[in-house]
Amino acid sequence: MTSTDLPVRPAPAPRPPRIRELSAGRRRPPSGRTHLSLGESRLARVLALAVLGVLAVVWLLPMAWALLTAFKSEPDASDPVHWLWPRHGLTLDGFRTVWERGDLPLWMFNSFLVSAAVTVITVLVSAMAGYAFSRTRFAGGRWLFALTVAAVLVPPQMLIVPWFRQMLSLGLLDTYAAVILPQTVAPVMVFILKKHFDSLPRELEEAARIDGAGHARIFWSVLLPLSRPMLAAVSIFVFIGAWNNFLWPFVSTSDPALMTLPVGITSVKDAYGIQYAQSMASAVLAALPLVLVFLFFQRHIVKSVATTGLGGQ
Amino acid sequence: MSSPLAPPTPGPRSARRLLSPGLLFALPFLVLFAVFMLWPLGQGLWMSLTDTSLSAHSPDFIGLDNFSEAVRDAEMWRALGHTLWFTALSTVPLVAVALGMALLVHTGLPGQWVWRLAFFAPYLLPVGVVGLLWIWLYQPDLGLYNHLLDGLGLGQVAWLSDPSVAMSAIALTTLWWTVGFNFLLYLAALQSVPDHLYEAAAIDGAGAWRRLWSITLPQLSRITAVITVLQILASLKVFDQVYLLTKGGPDNSTRPVVEYVYDVGFTGYRLGYASAISYIFFALVVLASAAQYAALRRREK
Repeated sequence: MTSTDLPVRPAPAPRPPRIRELSAGRRRPPSGRTHLSLGESRLARVLALAVLGVLAVVWLLPMAWALLTAFKSEPDASDPVHWLWPRHGLTLDGFRTVWERGDLPLWMFNSFLVSAAVTVITVLVSAMAGYAFSRTRFAGGRWLFALTVAAVLVPPQMLIVPWFRQMLSLGLLDTYAAVILPQTVAPVMVFILKKHFDSLPRELEEAARIDGAGHARIFWSVLLPLSRPMLAAVSIFVFIGAWNNFLWPFVSTSDPALMTLPVGITSVKDAYGIQYAQSMASAVLAALPLVLVFLFFQRHIVKSVATTGLGGQ
Repeated sequence: MSSPLAPPTPGPRSARRLLSPGLLFALPFLVLFAVFMLWPLGQGLWMSLTDTSLSAHSPDFIGLDNFSEAVRDAEMWRALGHTLWFTALSTVPLVAVALGMALLVHTGLPGQWVWRLAFFAPYLLPVGVVGLLWIWLYQPDLGLYNHLLDGLGLGQVAWLSDPSVAMSAIALTTLWWTVGFNFLLYLAALQSVPDHLYEAAAIDGAGAWRRLWSITLPQLSRITAVITVLQILASLKVFDQVYLLTKGGPDNSTRPVVEYVYDVGFTGYRLGYASAISYIFFALVVLASAAQYAALRRREK
């Protein structure tokens, strides 16, 4: 979502071991001594730990509180006096009600479908274009690449009105296609992947060419397998971006059956605004998929931030 | 053959180039790019010169009327002002807090995994969840923050309904939600500061503060510039969290320009006028990018 011509730092290739250290969550750098080490002073260490601890609590508190509320019974959820120790104990009622109402699983499915489609199309199409701009020359190629780079500046937010008009006239409003297609144009991904292909060694490719491989074969069987970490990084960002996208799905769908999670969940608030336990239960359920994905792929996600150096709101 | 941009096989130039594999590879992207970006950009520009509306009548060309109306539209200036105000309110803490977090975590204190998770996890929440959660946190009587303020003997705050507080509350939510991303970028950058600088400094007897001030921060200046640029551009586009938390209220006091476009176009049905404002917003983004690009260039010299 965030786009600028500056996010991409020079090729990350020279530093793989360090990035791995970062993502492996090693407790301290292997030298045993850190660059920012607080020296021998025990006071400094305690102080730093205290500040970090307070920050972490402040950051975790909202989620912990949402979790607590989700497990409360409805009267307890809106009881300001016994907010920490609910009188009726903890219950799964909130979750049960929300799940049985049925729209939350549907929105999750929609979000998953839309995000997966956006990711597959965007990454494939951008990788092909990145390959074309990096490894081949064709009429107008340089000019088209310059145009693509310039388009990085266009905020998708300014396109919602013409997109809406376009979908209206194509009769696509309130379809998956309307939600998916405009999100698949990602000039910044083409730029990143072009730079990435630029950085790959040419020897393998030339060997393949001598063996008679054409462009399709070189792209698919030589370069893509070499690019797995980069493709994973780019895919993760496209997926998170699509999963969290709000404005366009909000504008392009009015049919509740097509709503994605971020859009649908706001209608929970509107319709059942006073049911705090249920509303927090839906928030928790809605947050769960991506948090689980993160826990599984933590190392890759951290690495991908370092690799591509982009993302954003 | 080995030159980076050389075509793989020399051949009859014109014919081969027209149907070149390069073009075929770029084609799927180019088609999507033309249909969903270039065409809508042109369409938007055209609409901004007409009185296109959502209702059925055929639009008339009205020249620059939309733009001259926009210039005189106090609500648009107000919305632009809110966008800039939000950008200022959010960018400074989003860079500074991320830097502080990364520096603290990088000192090698125990529990790396926990810190990283704590600071980054909110970034993974869909904005709908963030909205739901923070409306609940900011509730006047039931919300956590007013509980805590009460407990400390301080008065309650009307987080989202007091026009003088609402925008700061939104910025606070944004800080909580997105700081983890900048934090990770800083953490990655810290890992790549060369060891020998610190070793040399240690030999010279530099203390912890001295090393922070004279080595670490200067080494981070480039990534700081990049993060700041990314942040400003992201903040200028703010819509989601404002819309979810306050719907732009109270009394439109937090409505950013993207929401104004939405309101004019989709609740006011004036697509032409909304397009004109979109282009004014676009101009702002381009201007901000150009200014930052110039600043970065000067800095690198």
